[in-house]
Amino acid sequence: MIPASFDYERASSLDEALSLLAQGGEDARPLAGGHSLLPLMRLRLARPSLLVDIGGLEELRGVRSDGDSVVIGALTTHHEVAGASELTGGSGLLATVAEGIGDPQVRHRGTLGGSVAHADPASDLPAALLALDAEVTLAGRDGERSVAAADFFVGPFMSAAADGEIVTGVRVPKREGWGSAYRKFQRRAQDWAIVGVAAVVNWTEDGIAGAVIGLTNMGGTPLRAPGVEAALAGASEKAQILAAASKVSELETPPADENASSEYRLHLAQVLIARAVAEAAGCPGMQRD
Amino acid sequence: MKRVSMTVNGVRHEADVESRTLLVHFIREQLELTGTNVGCDTSSCGACTILMNGQSVKSCTVLAVQADGAAVTTVEGLASNGDWHPVQKAFHENHGLQCGFCTPGMMMAAVGYLDENPAPTEEEVRLALEGNLCRCTGYHNIVKAVLAAADDMGS
Ligand SMILES: Cc1cc2nc3c(=O)[nH]c(=O)nc-3n(C[C@H](O)[C@H](O)[C@H](O)COP(=O)(O)OP(=O)(O)OC[C@H]3O[C@@H](n4cnc5c(N)ncnc54)[C@H](O)[C@@H]3O)c2cc1C
Ligand code: FES
Ligand code: FES
Repeated sequence: MIPASFDYERASSLDEALSLLAQGGEDARPLAGGHSLLPLMRLRLARPSLLVDIGGLEELRGVRSDGDSVVIGALTTHHEVAGASELTGGSGLLATVAEGIGDPQVRHRGTLGGSVAHADPASDLPAALLALDAEVTLAGRDGERSVAAADFFVGPFMSAAADGEIVTGVRVPKREGWGSAYRKFQRRAQDWAIVGVAAVVNWTEDGIAGAVIGLTNMGGTPLRAPGVEAALAGASEKAQILAAASKVSELETPPADENASSEYRLHLAQVLIARAVAEAAGCPGMQRD
Repeated sequence: MKRVSMTVNGVRHEADVESRTLLVHFIREQLELTGTNVGCDTSSCGACTILMNGQSVKSCTVLAVQADGAAVTTVEGLASNGDWHPVQKAFHENHGLQCGFCTPGMMMAAVGYLDENPAPTEEEVRLALEGNLCRCTGYHNIVKAVLAAADDMGS
């Protein structure tokens, strides 16, 4: 299908994009890679009056290392994130996750900022950004601000970005020396994750010295699993990791839909947490597969 | 209407399009290059795959206005001077197609990928074609064709 009619303007600078959005009012939307927005518009589930194409804003594109952090511009494509050598240590999680999004064609167009702004509970990058304690940077007519990932995602398809604000990028701590992994379960290749688990783990001689878990599609926003994280501290054997993973049941009951009941989601989360943590720890004796 | 200008298969085109015109419809209906197919409404099948600035993209999920200024290659641009592109030759020789509907998209995805990775493994080829569906061949001969093309292009 073809989208309903709309006006289109291509912005040549961030400032121009912000003023075009302000003039366009609440039905104006930024357009980045279009790989969430255009499918919705083709199904007429979204009918913006004005699209402000920010796709050409080179200033919002690219990955750079900045001390202990990596800064990624909003318009960096999934393909570029997947290949970014700056993403070392725990932050390598973002490259792993980006590599698993959709297919090559989708990764050539879809952007990190679009994924973040869209705030789809089933999309993969938000849980990874949450697990990495990333900050989302925003620009509006009143200037710039940054919001912790934990505060940015507020509900399904809802974020802390105000109308007319543009996500300019993310800042991610590198967490040198930490390992990471992302495991998602889908029924068919290409489907969205029924459940996804991001694990970032500091593995030492004495076992796990620190672990962070980010969950995809276990609620209306990406979630951390504090009970699991606490129970993982000091774990050094498979049985301990499995026991820690079972603490995921302390979270609020996950949603049920046509793909999975709440119980099934909890089961998947438990299994995937154990696998992701073992992989992130990089300890061969603990890997299940 | 918006004025767009893009290079398609080496030829520069300028035209007026509605903002909502999808690139695939611009290519098929305004430029009358009907090799690029539309197989779905959900950005899933890859039949519409073309190269945009050298990278494979699904032209059903790009607006023509977004491609303003871009260099586009469609399946019609693969052969040169009447000689098939090695990927076209390999699909022919390895029975990489049956009905042929997915073939233009498959070949464009393959050409884009081989440019990035000229000597892929079978596993890598399968992953590279993840965004392209084929209802006929069962994929084996498509993968064989891409591997054969890589050999041919590397030698
Ligand atoms: C076939 C297919 C398979 C996919 N599979 C997956 C998958 O497995 N996992 C996954 O996570 N995702 C998947 N996606 C979604 C993909 O990751 C999208 O690229 C991404 O969600 C949106 O990025 P975009 O640049 O295309 O954004 P757009 O579609 O351009 O925009 C999405 C929304 O965000 C807004 N927006 C965009 N950029 C900004 C910005 N910088 N600031 C403020 N607002 C902005 C837009 O106004 C719009 O509301 C898939 C998409 C397709 C088509
Ligand atoms: S027509 Fe199916 S992905 Fe474009
Ligand atoms: S050859 Fe018929 S769909 Fe692929």
